[in-house]
Amino acid sequence: MEQLTIEGLKQIKEQTLPSMTLADGHFRLMVCAGTGCVSCGCFKVRDRLETELNERGLSDRVKVVTTGCNGFCAQGPIMVVQPQGVFYKKLTVEDIPALVQEHFINGSPVEKYLYTDLASKKKIPLMGDIPFFRHQTLRALRNRGLIDAENIHEAIARDAYAALSKVLLSMTPEEVIQEVKTSGLRGRGGAGFPTGQKWEEGRRYTSFPKYVICNGDEGDPGAFMDRSVLEADPHAVLEGMMICGYALDAHQGYIYVRAEYPLAIHRLNIAIAQARSYGLLGKNILGSGFDFDIDIYPGAGAFVCGESTALMLSLEGKRGMPRIKPPRSTEAGLWGQPTVLNNVETFANTPSVLLKGGAWFSSLGTSGSKGTKVFALTGTIENVGLIEVPMGTTLRTIVYDIGGGIPDKREFRAIQIGGPSGACLPASLLDTEVDFDSLDEAGAMMGSGGLVVMNDSTCMVDTARFFTDFSVDESCGKCTPCRIGLKVMLNILHRIIAGKGTMEDIDLLGRLGEHIKESSHCGLGKTAPNPVLSTIRYFRNEYEAHIQEKRCPALVCADLIQFRVDPDRCKMCGLCKKACPAEAVTWEKKTPAVIDSTKCIRCRSCIQACKFKAIE
Amino acid sequence: MSLQLDIVGIEELEKIDRVIAKYKGRHGSLIPVLKESQDVVGYLPKLVQRRIAAGLNVSPSQVYGVVSFYAFFTIVPRGKHVIRVCLGTACYVRGSQQIIERIEKELGVKVGGITKDRKFSLEAVRCLGACGLAPVMTVGQDTHGMLDPGRAIEIVRSYT
Repeated sequence: MEQLTIEGLKQIKEQTLPSMTLADGHFRLMVCAGTGCVSCGCFKVRDRLETELNERGLSDRVKVVTTGCNGFCAQGPIMVVQPQGVFYKKLTVEDIPALVQEHFINGSPVEKYLYTDLASKKKIPLMGDIPFFRHQTLRALRNRGLIDAENIHEAIARDAYAALSKVLLSMTPEEVIQEVKTSGLRGRGGAGFPTGQKWEEGRRYTSFPKYVICNGDEGDPGAFMDRSVLEADPHAVLEGMMICGYALDAHQGYIYVRAEYPLAIHRLNIAIAQARSYGLLGKNILGSGFDFDIDIYPGAGAFVCGESTALMLSLEGKRGMPRIKPPRSTEAGLWGQPTVLNNVETFANTPSVLLKGGAWFSSLGTSGSKGTKVFALTGTIENVGLIEVPMGTTLRTIVYDIGGGIPDKREFRAIQIGGPSGACLPASLLDTEVDFDSLDEAGAMMGSGGLVVMNDSTCMVDTARFFTDFSVDESCGKCTPCRIGLKVMLNILHRIIAGKGTMEDIDLLGRLGEHIKESSHCGLGKTAPNPVLSTIRYFRNEYEAHIQEKRCPALVCADLIQFRVDPDRCKMCGLCKKACPAEAVTWEKKTPAVIDSTKCIRCRSCIQACKFKAIE
Repeated sequence: MSLQLDIVGIEELEKIDRVIAKYKGRHGSLIPVLKESQDVVGYLPKLVQRRIAAGLNVSPSQVYGVVSFYAFFTIVPRGKHVIRVCLGTACYVRGSQQIIERIEKELGVKVGGITKDRKFSLEAVRCLGACGLAPVMTVGQDTHGMLDPGRAIEIVRSYT
């Protein structure tokens, strides 16, 4: 295809916009096709919609568009009817004919598929009125659900590559870096390193070639921000990388994406092919003389490869073991050349910084953390999904206003932030603001943005064990404190969970944890003890209950559960008998259940089934 | 191991040679070559590792070092259907451990193992990034969400 110029870019925008802004009686049906909705069968729903609209001769005025992730994953398959923004959830293929008839012929939204407000139990038709969406501020996700993720024209109509053209034709690299510095943008991968400063360092070294790397090795369990950004708006990430390349005088970029994200890789491939075909990647981009190209590199499944130096070694085809810094990657990174590596979300934020200015970007947020942050809100919470909020929003707002609180009349126990390197914070810290510094103070860290809510059926000692187990597994083994120290911590935790711990073990865990933090080489080791240290700090009583009373308050650690029915609390419903796979429960109507300990396999099925907490 | 594992057909080896030829001389080609080779054979037995080492002119120890480092690579065969149960945080707090235990029991296979009829292999993975649907497992290319142990077994049984 022809080499696109600035004029051509504007033309595409002008030609595409009318099809996106709709005349009376015209609709765009934005069917969410993020990983969540795909696994709920959204493509079948979409196909049925298309056939149905065709058969009824509506396809001229009602268009079906496949978008990236909307974020409200638990409600999938999701469809938003534009221009009004009517939000439909949990659609099934069978209901499509009736829905088409009702909404697009009779003209009224179908109640059945509208979102029901948790508190008032009223139906909320419009997406913007749903609390989950209302409290969000979209910047990195500004295009979510609004564009066809596989169509570059729609991205351009929403100003993709406008920042790039501004940068290439009217700004010097130094001005670009200055603007990013003004914005106060800090790395969204977890550590929060100032982006502008990193770019400046990368520019200072004059060894060529230089490289730009986008880190999409999103390994934190409970985090899927990068996946959603890549699936919904891949061009924003490509554009961010190109701007970075221009600032550094680099001409090659790599996107390192987890192999577990096939859809993200697929959409990126499409986006890159489209950008190349318009000459937005390649030689002499937009006639400016600037050359840049991007290749995708699927990871091979190693958590530690999210660490920047390990990621670069992995790109070189080696074992991804972090190397000792200095030199920093900005001096000697990929293949020993100056390299700037940023996270997906960081790059997705960059185009707006350049288009609207650093001052605009920094108008939102706290003194040390500017802009917004995308979080993956998961665990035992009503509204599971992906959210973007201004820095400085409190955890309480996120859990209760956006997340809708804890389901099943359970109580909030902890919120886990920052992945396996993060911390579990208790209810007393719910008013903590999410920004890099206040989370650090609380012994947590921003991390890449996983927020896992845990209710009172979660044992904090077991949670600490879970994360330590993860870190032991994923430790690359290069340095001793992490490789051996974590294993020793894990053994102690196992001991406590088995009811064989001593009170000295708690102090020992604390001391070991501090040593590992101080003496490990890379970020994995430096942060891996955080889950243990934070649970000891905030949930010490649970450790004590395991050790002194040989009791697991949350009834998770099987060795410390008696599997005995408390006849006073038993409501004689028989659910435990139904749930038991070993036929260890005897129960008859109007008598409390009894568990036969010789048959019991300690599987906890009865505890999960009991609604009255009668099993202890 | 009692099974003879290192049987790789001539055709497959030729395919691997083509993969090697495609990447030869490129920077950082080892991991993509291993990936595509694993797609061809299903796993990476010693024979294949040696062939790749010779083809890319790197030492077999370097190849084995990479194969053993990354979770994506396997040196034992995988079943016809690979079951991957997510043990990410979100799935874990929603009970994915119980799902694994149930599948282990029903199929008579441990995590990392393969059933005797080679139909299923069971793996535990760290976060599939579909936390909105926790607990989640994938069977082959299909993602299944919002599971409980009973439903998980039903789904597994539906694969033949």
